[in-house]
Amino acid sequence: MTTTVVLIRDTDSGGADRTRDVHDLFTQKVRDAGLQNEVQVVRAADLGIYNKGMVAKILPQGIVYAGIADADVDDIVTTTLAQKMPVSRLVYCGANEQVRIVMRNCGIVNPECIEDYIARKGYQGIKRALYDLTPEKAIEELKTSGLRGRGGAGYPTWLKWSLARNAFGDRKFVICNGDEGDPGAYMDRSVLEGDPHSVIEGMMIAAYCIGATKGFLYIRAEYPLAIKRVQKALDDAYGTGLLGKDILGTSFCLDLEVRLGAGAFVCGEETALIASVEGKRGTPRPRPPYPSDVGLFGKPTVINNVETFANVSYILLNGAKTFASIGTDKSKGTKVFALTGKIRNSGLVEIPMGTPLRVIIEDIGGGVASGKKILAVQTGGPSGGVIPEQHFDTPVSYEHLLELGSFMGSGGMIVMDEDDCLVDIAKFYLGFCVDESCGKCAPCRIGGFQMLKVLEKITDGKGMPEDLDTLKRIAQAMRKASLCALGQGAPNPIISTMKYFAEEYRQHIVDRKCRAGKCTRLMRFEILDTSCKRCKLCVVNCPVHCIAGDREKGYRIDQEKCIKCGRCFEVCKFEAVARS
Amino acid sequence: MATLYIDNKPYEFEEGRNLLHTCLGLGFDIPHFCWHPALDSVGACRQCAVKLFKDENDCTGTIVMSCMTAARDNMRISIDDKEAHEFRAEVIGFLMANHPHDCPVCDEGGECHLQDMTVLTGHTYREHRFKKRTHRNQDLGPFVHHEMNRCIACYRCVRFYRDYAGGKDLEVFGWHDSVYFGRHESGVLASEFAGNLVEVCPTGVFTDKTFRKHFTRKWDLCSAPSVCVHCSLGCNTIAGQRSGVLRRILNRFSEDVNGYFLCDRGRFGYEFVNGSRRVRTPLAKKGRNQKLEPLDRSAAIKRVAELFSSGRPVIGIGSGRASLESNFALRQLVGPQRFFVAESETQHSITTEIVHALRRTPASRASLRDVAKAGAVLVLGEDVTNTAPLLALAVRQACRTAALTNAHGLGIDPWNDAAIRETGHNVRSSLVVATPTLTKLDDVATTVYHAPPDDISRLGFAIAHALDGSAPAPRGLSPEIEAMARGIARDLAQAARPAVVSGAGSGSASVVEAAAGVAAALYKVNHDACLCMSLSECNSFGCTLLGGRDLTAALDAAERDNAEAVVVLEADLYRNCDPAIAGALLTLPRNVVVIDHTLTATAAMADLVLPAATFAEASGTFVNNEGRFQRFFSAIAPQAGFAPGYRWIAEILSVVGPEAPRWETLDDIVNDMESRVADCAGIRAAAPSASFREGSQKIARQSFRASGRTALLANTSVAESPNPADPDSALAFSPEGIQAPREQPLVARYWAPGINSVQAVSKYHGDPPAALVKGEAGADAAENHGAKAPAAFASHASEWLVMPLHHIFGSEELSMLSPSVASLARSALIVLNPEDAAKLSIRENDAVEVSNYALSCACVAAIASWVTKGSAALSVGRPETQGLDLPEWLWIRKAGAP
Repeated sequence: MTTTVVLIRDTDSGGADRTRDVHDLFTQKVRDAGLQNEVQVVRAADLGIYNKGMVAKILPQGIVYAGIADADVDDIVTTTLAQKMPVSRLVYCGANEQVRIVMRNCGIVNPECIEDYIARKGYQGIKRALYDLTPEKAIEELKTSGLRGRGGAGYPTWLKWSLARNAFGDRKFVICNGDEGDPGAYMDRSVLEGDPHSVIEGMMIAAYCIGATKGFLYIRAEYPLAIKRVQKALDDAYGTGLLGKDILGTSFCLDLEVRLGAGAFVCGEETALIASVEGKRGTPRPRPPYPSDVGLFGKPTVINNVETFANVSYILLNGAKTFASIGTDKSKGTKVFALTGKIRNSGLVEIPMGTPLRVIIEDIGGGVASGKKILAVQTGGPSGGVIPEQHFDTPVSYEHLLELGSFMGSGGMIVMDEDDCLVDIAKFYLGFCVDESCGKCAPCRIGGFQMLKVLEKITDGKGMPEDLDTLKRIAQAMRKASLCALGQGAPNPIISTMKYFAEEYRQHIVDRKCRAGKCTRLMRFEILDTSCKRCKLCVVNCPVHCIAGDREKGYRIDQEKCIKCGRCFEVCKFEAVARS
Repeated sequence: MATLYIDNKPYEFEEGRNLLHTCLGLGFDIPHFCWHPALDSVGACRQCAVKLFKDENDCTGTIVMSCMTAARDNMRISIDDKEAHEFRAEVIGFLMANHPHDCPVCDEGGECHLQDMTVLTGHTYREHRFKKRTHRNQDLGPFVHHEMNRCIACYRCVRFYRDYAGGKDLEVFGWHDSVYFGRHESGVLASEFAGNLVEVCPTGVFTDKTFRKHFTRKWDLCSAPSVCVHCSLGCNTIAGQRSGVLRRILNRFSEDVNGYFLCDRGRFGYEFVNGSRRVRTPLAKKGRNQKLEPLDRSAAIKRVAELFSSGRPVIGIGSGRASLESNFALRQLVGPQRFFVAESETQHSITTEIVHALRRTPASRASLRDVAKAGAVLVLGEDVTNTAPLLALAVRQACRTAALTNAHGLGIDPWNDAAIRETGHNVRSSLVVATPTLTKLDDVATTVYHAPPDDISRLGFAIAHALDGSAPAPRGLSPEIEAMARGIARDLAQAARPAVVSGAGSGSASVVEAAAGVAAALYKVNHDACLCMSLSECNSFGCTLLGGRDLTAALDAAERDNAEAVVVLEADLYRNCDPAIAGALLTLPRNVVVIDHTLTATAAMADLVLPAATFAEASGTFVNNEGRFQRFFSAIAPQAGFAPGYRWIAEILSVVGPEAPRWETLDDIVNDMESRVADCAGIRAAAPSASFREGSQKIARQSFRASGRTALLANTSVAESPNPADPDSALAFSPEGIQAPREQPLVARYWAPGINSVQAVSKYHGDPPAALVKGEAGADAAENHGAKAPAAFASHASEWLVMPLHHIFGSEELSMLSPSVASLARSALIVLNPEDAAKLSIRENDAVEVSNYALSCACVAAIASWVTKGSAALSVGRPETQGLDLPEWLWIRKAGAP
């Protein structure tokens, strides 16, 4: 019986893929050690770790080894697999508190092989629902589990479903929202690419519960591999009779279809997504009516996030109580985060609800890569907030994050260190929301644009103290007046950074300085005559030709003409350009 | 009545509307943009915020969008609340951030909703210190001017154009801060209702292009309530003029008739009033073949009066485009026996048939509002989009009644437009379009049937028979048609308020009979049934009430009685009958007198032309297709040269006979008519009489902001000239008087304190008076009155049944005198079945000759499969096809072919 799984993958993007060779080597060594019955070596599709050379992940311990050379394989087999001891020199990420529910199969099963999924008790959840539970009972099960929507808002899933179940409609629909658009977030992508069948199974359970006969997986077109794998999974499911008519010998029928998002962030909003599936302009509309009453093509519709559906199939398989035992009072289960930014071990982490932020960042993430002081973490995507270091002991749950002025969102988590300028970060997120505003309601369409202009002014060194009041005023107006969550949430990064990092704003406006040196317009570039080797590289590269001089006297930057682009600083090979 | 507490004061209101609409109706001002009384709420602009309190103890309250909140009993809100006020100021600040502030050069200036709302919210200072976004404009055709930079993105235009009017070629493009409302490329807006964008747009993005050509500031216009003359629906309009030039037409809200909208023919067809072919002084010929030359007014009267002293009879030909008063005056002048109507024999029989059907039907006579609320609609034989466009808009709204009912069942308020459209995706009321030609309503119809008029009529008879077994059944009906008829009958019988729509457009009396039969049969099973029929001209109904006979009878009478003269009132006989008959009528009598405003072909044949006033220069009454008496008032003060038709005739009468009635004012004629013509009972109720005063004042035609009153004529005299008198109405040619009258027929402009734009309409409640022509006695016995279904259509060997093809721009006489409308008219078209076209070796766009024994006309071929083999459809009302009385069996050949 297999007890240990070794997932391996070559995470370097370029060059030849070594995975196959190392897999063969591993298998050989395992066989040599006589462990072939206890250890399974799997070539993983994605480990959520990139550019770290050959990576091996040992489950269930969760130890990750990175940068493995062929010679290291022997060590791993003899030390870790045989003796259960870590090989400390290779450890990328030690054993930790992660709990894998959503990602239970990711990297383990071959996502293009339905048998793999079935072998890991796949489609047992829907079988249980169809044979042992009535739709009401299944919804009851979800209620017991306490599962809340993983798209960000945290609406109780069972409630959404029972509303749709009780809504009148000759047809009902179920939609999987895979339009993951937050910068830095790729949880849904990993699940869709790594374990598409768990999402399909979740959708089947939803369809059974509400009485839907048709479903759509709305996946953004920027995820070609996810689309390909989901399509393959659907084809296989149809091929084995798990989709289509009379599923598993019952009268339950369901058709699923993939729809591609065309790149609009706002189409992740449920009413905009529905409009998009219908072939209309993807703009949100006021609710009520909620999609559970009037959704796709005017019919009752359940629309849930990828992660929610992956949870659903787990709950039905393992029982609500197992699920509910994990997490906090009001937030049950686990949450997947895409941990990125200045973190040492960037990647996907799945942690039980209620885990403090510090554990995620320092224990699982391994702290800041540069060794510099950690400044803050940004959660909830572009409309989330920035949480400063002093609040890192806050447990991660819907309620706690909201108290801090951020929110769970779909699960992006970006770590910032001293080199990051919070004003610049706020500007980046706001810029994203401004770009992605659908243009329907005025506060979002124009308010966001105005705030962006004010922020640009501040980062350009032209800010005035009263600009902060303007920002606050517009931010409040946008929060109150916008039609959907995109506009209501767009000012969050500004509000939270202004709250926790007021000093940074003051520096930008009063001192005309950017601590982190990100706001180049606030910089002053000078050529240090002593270090300058007169190579003229800066002169050649200056886009506005503001560097003049000769080999005798040296070169000088005309500060009047300088546009602070930083090009000279970047190209100088002798560190002779000073930035202050 | 429920009570609403606004800022702690109780107000009575009727439930069922949203807070915004309710508060506006109570006289409050709440700034708003995306909400429109006809388009209802979507909650997009976020401007109409008010504060809602839970109860009298709640001091905090929450901000809500008043357009998205239902007004309920005992609700407590605050409009003046500081937070709500700041919220609104913030939103208008957003909206104005990119607006160019070009009011001084903007066409909308002075009548701009955005201006009003900006002032209302107290927004005076642009705090956004950055560049504005700009757009390129498009050429949207001859009617609507596009100036995108002014856009505040309220989305009203696309909501009206696409959602309400079913247009396809106006869309919102772009994204985030740069949304663009326009077509995918420059081009003529395809919708017949595009002109409403001018009124729907809260600012100057869409403005009236024809108005631009003779622009004047809105506050300098002298306006009067008017009635559209370009079809029989009688949409209520406001005509605005300055210095004798008619500048524009605006919608006048009438709940029963046109609501908030007009069609483009009605809005832009007005320019004939300023046309080059207007007759402005009396013209006379010295002899038959001489030229028309100006004549003194009194000499002209004398010359006409002399015709009556010869002892030989004078024949009078009235028309459906002249007012009821003028027609009546003519009838009094020549006597009822010698009063005729400018219609061919067929046309006349159809008009009479329709009027009788409407007056006799046991079902109720439908107003446009009734049609818009109908649960199911059967359109039988009429291409309403082209003959009575606003009826098509009403039918389009009727398609939504099922969605409204469905939404009601879901607990959605009737004003929540976004939600209703969302829920109404697949819910569509039954709409049957059974017409000889393709129609623009086909896209929303649940059943479409195109066939020659007789087959349409047979379908109608089959439906009537399916509804009521005692109604005559057509013989030899195919099983498919029979099944279709049964299905339609079932839908109509089960629907709430089903409507039957038909009209004169198909040129077939049997279609009209069938429609009347369906309505009568439907009434037996569904007492909510109603019937709506369109006629050919704006006063066809009224003219028929006076009981004249057709032109063939007129010619007979002229020959038999050896007539001394024929007096033609506002009609071009050549447009209305066989040119041979028209020619004979205009040559046989010794004298031809034409009273008309335009030098038509008929007027050119006259010995004497008396210049008539158009609708803009005269007051009078039209009877619309529903039988509704509607008064229009002169916007342009009386001028020396011309006068309303009835005024000319009154003057002639005063010379001709000492026993002539004393018609000093319009009211005199109206009163006289009411006492003499039983069918005209009710005409007096159309509008308040000239003696009506609100307080002690007349209604002002001009805004109190009208400028330059003392300076305008200073080039002739520096003394201030008195305002022109108006003895015919309760309106004054003056800025002094009531600005916002309560009586709907007297509304000369929409205005409320602080609201200078047409959006002030939401503060008006005045419904038009129900002045309807009474039904005819013996209605119950009248059903079917012996009508029989015609035989099925059968093709002829060498002839084609040519059916009338109506064009909204091109088929109507007066609008074609407007350059903007004329620019959209195409040359006469004949549409052929592909097989017939192949047989005749005619290809698309080939020149084709269509002829009968006497006439031959040239047209351009189009090929479409909806045309039944053996038939064809030919443009009507075009100069090329004048004189044909379609449908008619005609020869068709490729031009130049033997």
